[in-house]
Amino acid sequence: MNTVLRALRPLTTGLFSIAAIIAVVMLAAPSAQASDKPIRIGLVTFLSGPAAGPFGVPARIAAEAIVESLNAGEVPAPYGSIGLSGLPIELVIIDEAGGATKQVAEFRNLVERQKVDFVIGYISSGDCLAIPPVAEELKKLTVLFDCGTPRVFEEASYKYVFRTRPHATMDAVAGARYLLETRPDLKSYAGINQNYAWGQDSWKDWTAVLEVLRPKAKVTTSQMPKFGAGQYGAEISALMRSRPEVIHSSLWGGDLEAFMLQSTPRGLFRRSDLLLIAGEPNLHRLVGNIPDGTIVGARGPHGVFAPKGKLNDWLRRIYKAKTGREPNYPAYSAAQAFLGLKAAYERARLEKVKSAIPMAAVEGVKEGMEQAYQMPNTEEVIAAFENLTFESPSGKVMMKLGKGHQAVQGTAYGTTRTVGGKIIIENIKYYPVEQVQPPEGISSIDWIKGGLKPGRW
Amino acid sequence: MTTLVAVLVDGLIYSSWLFIMAIGLTLIYGVMKILNIAHGSLFALGAYTAASLAGHWFEQGYLPMGSYAIMLLAAILVGIVAGPLLERGLLRFMYGRDEIVLVLVTYATFLILEDFIKLVWGVDPYFLYQPYGLLGSFDIGELTYPNYNLLLLAMSVAIGGILAWTLTRTRYGKILIAVIHDREMAASQGVNVSLVYFVTFTLGAMLGALGGALTAPMISVQPGIGAETIVLAFAVVVIGGLGSLPGAALAALLVGIVRAATIHFRPELDLFSIYFVMAAVLIARPKGLFSAQEARKI
Repeated sequence: MNTVLRALRPLTTGLFSIAAIIAVVMLAAPSAQASDKPIRIGLVTFLSGPAAGPFGVPARIAAEAIVESLNAGEVPAPYGSIGLSGLPIELVIIDEAGGATKQVAEFRNLVERQKVDFVIGYISSGDCLAIPPVAEELKKLTVLFDCGTPRVFEEASYKYVFRTRPHATMDAVAGARYLLETRPDLKSYAGINQNYAWGQDSWKDWTAVLEVLRPKAKVTTSQMPKFGAGQYGAEISALMRSRPEVIHSSLWGGDLEAFMLQSTPRGLFRRSDLLLIAGEPNLHRLVGNIPDGTIVGARGPHGVFAPKGKLNDWLRRIYKAKTGREPNYPAYSAAQAFLGLKAAYERARLEKVKSAIPMAAVEGVKEGMEQAYQMPNTEEVIAAFENLTFESPSGKVMMKLGKGHQAVQGTAYGTTRTVGGKIIIENIKYYPVEQVQPPEGISSIDWIKGGLKPGRW
Repeated sequence: MTTLVAVLVDGLIYSSWLFIMAIGLTLIYGVMKILNIAHGSLFALGAYTAASLAGHWFEQGYLPMGSYAIMLLAAILVGIVAGPLLERGLLRFMYGRDEIVLVLVTYATFLILEDFIKLVWGVDPYFLYQPYGLLGSFDIGELTYPNYNLLLLAMSVAIGGILAWTLTRTRYGKILIAVIHDREMAASQGVNVSLVYFVTFTLGAMLGALGGALTAPMISVQPGIGAETIVLAFAVVVIGGLGSLPGAALAALLVGIVRAATIHFRPELDLFSIYFVMAAVLIARPKGLFSAQEARKI
């Protein structure tokens, strides 16, 4: 490299020299950096416990496949470069099980002992509320990839924390819009949601949205079994006896599966329709145990809702090669986080190169190029990440909420039908972001109660 | 149909399930004074083994009704492998130590077995839903229940009845009661206490695994089910009085009915219902409903 620099030294000023330097920097960078130490990314996802099967493990498999593909430079445009700006990525994978207190300790461990450069992780909303203050304290860029609570950026402001997936408000808003398009005269509904933050928030949002969009509809019963209850006999009886037109549920994973296994033989869904806001990851496992016409969403156009395109084809191909199955929405969430980080990192790098060249032209080529060769630091990546718009397998993602730290996307809902032993989604309807997400500066619940007025994006 | 009938039926079904979960735990505590936290893992092992074996049975297209026998076989298999391994390989070295030490030992065993399960079966859930709907269903008023619930009820009555009969009407039962009352005195009278412990623990392990095997058709068999179960089983055993068979039966019934009533009348309090029963009983009777009188040793 010094030989190249010496050869270039006489070319100090003028357009020709700048163009030459840009060309050398851009061409030489990947090969020069490929031998440098890799970028270490801590990946935190459920590897054990009830969330592992439908969420955590698909996300881990997707992350590993994505990193392999990135390191081989095989991701379609605009992500064709190796790793992050030519540096390969190395994953440090941590189990998210164990609760928020344990995760805070694990996060410190990742940063202080494992010396990771970035952290991507967290499916549980509880962990997503506990980690950001620690990420701020340790000044570690952290990308929340799958959790849903809107409280992360509505109740606080963070510099080092980003979330590359939309928050959960859209689940209730789009779900209710979809339901009311097919049942405009809805008279009654019930709910079965787990008795912890996720289930309670989902039900609160759902009832608030319906009070605005369909105030005449009445709640017949709200069942709140504990997380991991496993037995739903009495809840199913209560739902059957209250005879709602529709049952809203945010049950997920094993709890959802147990509920479906126990309620289908009892004929609950012959009396009431079902809306599952978090059912998409479990669909392939519920063949024979989910009624046709069940309304299902995936918080964003993920999985079966994802638009056609090269990035979507790529994710499906690499995931299927590992598992033999189509990727579910946690796999798409993982892809969104890695590609978002890559987009921000490489944008920061490009900005650095651009700003270094004129200085090099004036003050000296060697110093300028050396600076251009430096990888962006955390502050520079943050600056590039804020308000970024990037492409993902589920379409365009805009970092538009939470002062540019929270992603927004449109979303979609559809209904299930079992065909030849497989569940397909039909009657898919897409909802643009302004219909399902609150604009910046207003909390989700205030936006809902205020009449769900579309914001400007 | 009145809500009260629904409460009664739902409560009874849940109680029978709870009793099956708790019976192995209370038996082992009653005889051996070991609060076996690994009971949760035996439950999980039973569920996983039943799901694997019966799942294979269905895949091969064998007679569906045979799956119930396979589930039973799975429970027996887990009991006769895991029970002796744990009792002979670990617990017998701990006899005579403080009860707390044994709790810690079985807790450690529980953690090891949880990881063992993940190593063998992975983290992907298993399904064995066919037996739940195979027996048809019955109607009570406007509600439909799978007949599988009747099977649970029958199993709980049968297990409780056989154990009670064994304890009170057989020679082995009398030996057990002698060991429960005073281990050293029983040994001095020629009772092979070591064998009694071995048989009791194996039987308790089998009952734990049977609970898992019978639950498998109603749930998604996945990591973590053992932890949920041990908490519930422990609550039932404590309410009933540690080691008491009729206590466990009455506690299961009480918890089942109270929980069903809560769900039908005040569903938001469901989370609290079992602990409400526990608190109420322990305030009135700190050692549970059927705690045995303890002779004071001088």
